[in-house]
Amino acid sequence: MDFQYFIELFFGGLTRGSIYALIALGYTLVYGIIGLINFAHGEIYMIGAFTALLVAGLLGYLGFPAGGILIVAALAAIVWTSAYGYTMEKIAYKPLRNAPRLSPLISAIGMSTFLQNYVLLAQTPDFVPFPMLLPDIDWLLEKFNYVLGPSDFFILVVSFITMICLMLWIRYTRMGKAMRATAQNRTMAMLLGIDANHIISVTFIVGSALAALGGVLIASHMGQINFGIGFLAGMKAFTAAVLGGIGSVPGAVLGGLTLGLAESFTTGYVAGNYEDVLAFCLLILILIFRPDGILGKHQVQKV
Amino acid sequence: MKRVFLSAVAAALLSMGLAAPLQAADTIKIGVAGAHSGDLASYGVPSLNAAKIVAAKVNAQGGVLGKQIELVIGDDQCKPELGTNVATKLISDKVAVVMGHICSGPAKASLPLYNDAHIISMSPSATTPGLTAGGANPMFFRTIAKDDDQAKLTSRFMLESLKAKKIAYVHDNGDYGKGFCDNNRALMEAGGAKTVLFEAITPDAVDFSPIVRKLRHAKADIIVFGGYQPTASKLLQQMRRSRVMTPDVGHDGLKYDAFIKMGGEAAGGVYCFYPKDTASLPIYKEARQAHIDMFKSEPGSFYYNAYSAMLALINAIKEAGSTDTDKIVEALHTKKVSTPLGELVFNKSGDAAGLALSVYQIKGGKFVETNYSVTLD
Repeated sequence: MDFQYFIELFFGGLTRGSIYALIALGYTLVYGIIGLINFAHGEIYMIGAFTALLVAGLLGYLGFPAGGILIVAALAAIVWTSAYGYTMEKIAYKPLRNAPRLSPLISAIGMSTFLQNYVLLAQTPDFVPFPMLLPDIDWLLEKFNYVLGPSDFFILVVSFITMICLMLWIRYTRMGKAMRATAQNRTMAMLLGIDANHIISVTFIVGSALAALGGVLIASHMGQINFGIGFLAGMKAFTAAVLGGIGSVPGAVLGGLTLGLAESFTTGYVAGNYEDVLAFCLLILILIFRPDGILGKHQVQKV
Repeated sequence: MKRVFLSAVAAALLSMGLAAPLQAADTIKIGVAGAHSGDLASYGVPSLNAAKIVAAKVNAQGGVLGKQIELVIGDDQCKPELGTNVATKLISDKVAVVMGHICSGPAKASLPLYNDAHIISMSPSATTPGLTAGGANPMFFRTIAKDDDQAKLTSRFMLESLKAKKIAYVHDNGDYGKGFCDNNRALMEAGGAKTVLFEAITPDAVDFSPIVRKLRHAKADIIVFGGYQPTASKLLQQMRRSRVMTPDVGHDGLKYDAFIKMGGEAAGGVYCFYPKDTASLPIYKEARQAHIDMFKSEPGSFYYNAYSAMLALINAIKEAGSTDTDKIVEALHTKKVSTPLGELVFNKSGDAAGLALSVYQIKGGKFVETNYSVTLD
């Protein structure tokens, strides 16, 4: 087999996988703290992309340079969607904190449908073009021998830096420690003086910020967005989180990369038609042998 | 009090129920079915506009057979399962004929229902060959060239004009897109061109980089794309960003201004196929002006096909002298009608004869007609 082709597919999968990982982190963080699958997370990603589009449109009109637009638009998207994540938790999940497990799940599905339709009605049902904000540099392509396009390179670098920062933050800061403590045992953490409600809000804010970043990166990579882009991206990221072991932060990253690579190699060596089929076969296989995911810890069910 | 109110409501409902059939006797109902909302609304709304314009025009001139035309509108969002719902609704509303459906999927799904009810449907845009093949559906007509007619032109154009030897086919696994690729593949292979890639992509995927890399290594002379315009523009942008510059050939679904808007620079140079430009015909200008007057904008995709379908249906009802399905079918097969797409009559299988197809290329942000064209019979 052609080695160059293999490397190209490898990096293609890594790029796609790092986006899955960014979104999967949001699923895994929230699950780790309150044991909820936040199905509206994909929509947060979509709203991030839309916010960036609106801000980029405005700045472009005012004549900002492309690089500046990218940074400002990404920051605006992160702030705005963090507010969405925070509010969403307060409205849809906090009142159901002590309800049976199924209730917040249904609430999450409702939130997802609501946000999709809200954007559909308030913005547009059509696809809208997203400005090409990522730098389009020819020498990068040539330097990497077409293995990595400029936007792929940019996505990889940004998402890896973000993920490393997140892990350091969780590991070494007071807030990160409080978060881990809450994840281990919320009641105990509260007894020791940790404000659990505050930690939960922070978790939603961080998760949403990561999803927004993913949304901005993918939107400027693909060049167009509509209200429905969050669904498949959200499903894939959720899959990645389960694959890696839901609740585990390194697991989400590993799961995302594994899924991205599996899809890329399937398209490259088998056929694009089987991309989703083989990716999900892999998921089933891994879950048969490791029911808690690649890095998941086995937990005693509290039933 | 409550009881009085209820009986008043009941009386009102009853009187409406009585009034409806009386009114129905004075109108000829034409069903308009297609995607009027959702992702693909841009394919269906122009046809709905065409139906409204033609109906208003005919009604202003005294209607047809002395009766006014009443439109019964059904939205299928281009989904087969909604298509059958719409068909059931139109049939129970007792429409005389149906103008629709827009997409091939719902058109195919709803045909058995129309056949059972003995109702004519005429699509302005469904191009899957099977719908009319071998006269399978004697009550189905269309005012657009079918995929294999398009493919005849596409393959001739690629072999003769582009001298293509190695072809890559990318489709979205839908009826419309895969059909276009299948037909082209058969004709191109018969013409001696090699297939280097034949693959589907997921339209909603977060990125297309694996297929882009595969396309680079396939080293095709040309890429034949079968699918809808949002997917096409996304794929093209990703290809051009990775400097895969292979020329691209698509079908009539790309001959649409939104494609240029979405694709931007990446859409430049793309070839697509569409009915020959008939903009110089007076009736075409009239149709365009009517749209501008009524909707304050330029008509969208399939507008003229739908306008022609409405004219053909109304003309056939007039020629038949009644809304009897068999007589209308007879009239469609024998009487020529002037439409914005030229003089049309329908052949035995239900396809419009007299349509002409041309090759267009995107140059400088516009579709430019090349001198490649064929007239169908």
